[in-house]
Amino acid sequence: MRFRWIGRIAATAGVTLLLTIPGGAKGQAPGAPQSSALSIPTVQRMPPQDLNRLLHTREAEKPLVLQVGSRVMYQQAHIPGADYAGPASTPEGLKLLHDRVAQLNRETLIVIYCGCCPWAKCPNIGPAYHELRRMGFKNVKALYLENSFGADWANRGYPVATGQ
Amino acid sequence: MQLGNSWRGVRPVAGRALRGLILTCFLFVCLAAGGNSTSALAAPSLLNQKAPEFARTGLDGGRVDLATYRGKVVLLNFWATWCAPCQVEMPVFAAWQRRYGPRGLQVIGISMDDETAPVRRLAARLKLDYPLAMGDARLGKQYGGVLGLPITYLIGRDGVVRAEFEGETNLKAIEARLTALLAER
Repeated sequence: MRFRWIGRIAATAGVTLLLTIPGGAKGQAPGAPQSSALSIPTVQRMPPQDLNRLLHTREAEKPLVLQVGSRVMYQQAHIPGADYAGPASTPEGLKLLHDRVAQLNRETLIVIYCGCCPWAKCPNIGPAYHELRRMGFKNVKALYLENSFGADWANRGYPVATGQ
Repeated sequence: MQLGNSWRGVRPVAGRALRGLILTCFLFVCLAAGGNSTSALAAPSLLNQKAPEFARTGLDGGRVDLATYRGKVVLLNFWATWCAPCQVEMPVFAAWQRRYGPRGLQVIGISMDDETAPVRRLAARLKLDYPLAMGDARLGKQYGGVLGLPITYLIGRDGVVRAEFEGETNLKAIEARLTALLAER
């Protein structure tokens, strides 16, 4: 009986240890460059349904949602309330992102998204994520759009807004 | 005993009612959390519809007018310089233009970039010699929302959209569909 409890404690400790490994090491493709979306730890990805639920839960604290892709894509459709923060694969886009968040509390929940291309090929989401982390933001999530913003957000019936 | 039996007889009805209530609540929660909006971009497919007309000034200064290509099979490709899969496809499209052009193929590339300069640079590097023009949100909306790249349409000689390919696709599949369309008269 005593040994069974020891086993349970050991298992709990193991799970706890796994959960407390720094985010950067969990679910991250080994050796993926920071320009790649694959460098974003899996635990920092937010599924579309989770963001939609968060945005529609009245009591929930709303995140700052930033689109880090091209303006043409943003103008066609974006998540209501999301700000355009520029394509993070370019120095100009990265500066725009930097300027947008520079004055914010580092505890702010920020959700970034792009969806210009399939996740593994997106040039913007990785640089945006790492820039925000470098700036000291502790609560950054990347909306996981596996195929594109169209396929994984708009065409699933989640709300969109258009315009500037 | 009788009481017990009759009570048991009521239970399945109550159980069904409870299950129905749970299901209703579940559906309500799902609707509240998920598809509660009418996405303007969950547009119907353009398949078998007339391809939306457009005319633009091309990167070379010439006119890129879809209507002028009626009678040809048009491969209309939406792309951008920051789209890696696009850069794999486009040299192949250029090769197809050379190979199948005499049989009636016309490739058109629409860049969804914000700026023209990187588009010109990449077009020169990839030696793209088919008509290229800049797209915008309006053109994207005409085509049902170009909200992910690449997107390629095959438009028949009659101006009707015959195939649509989104994201990373099998180029052999596009070529097979393309050659079948070229064979149609």
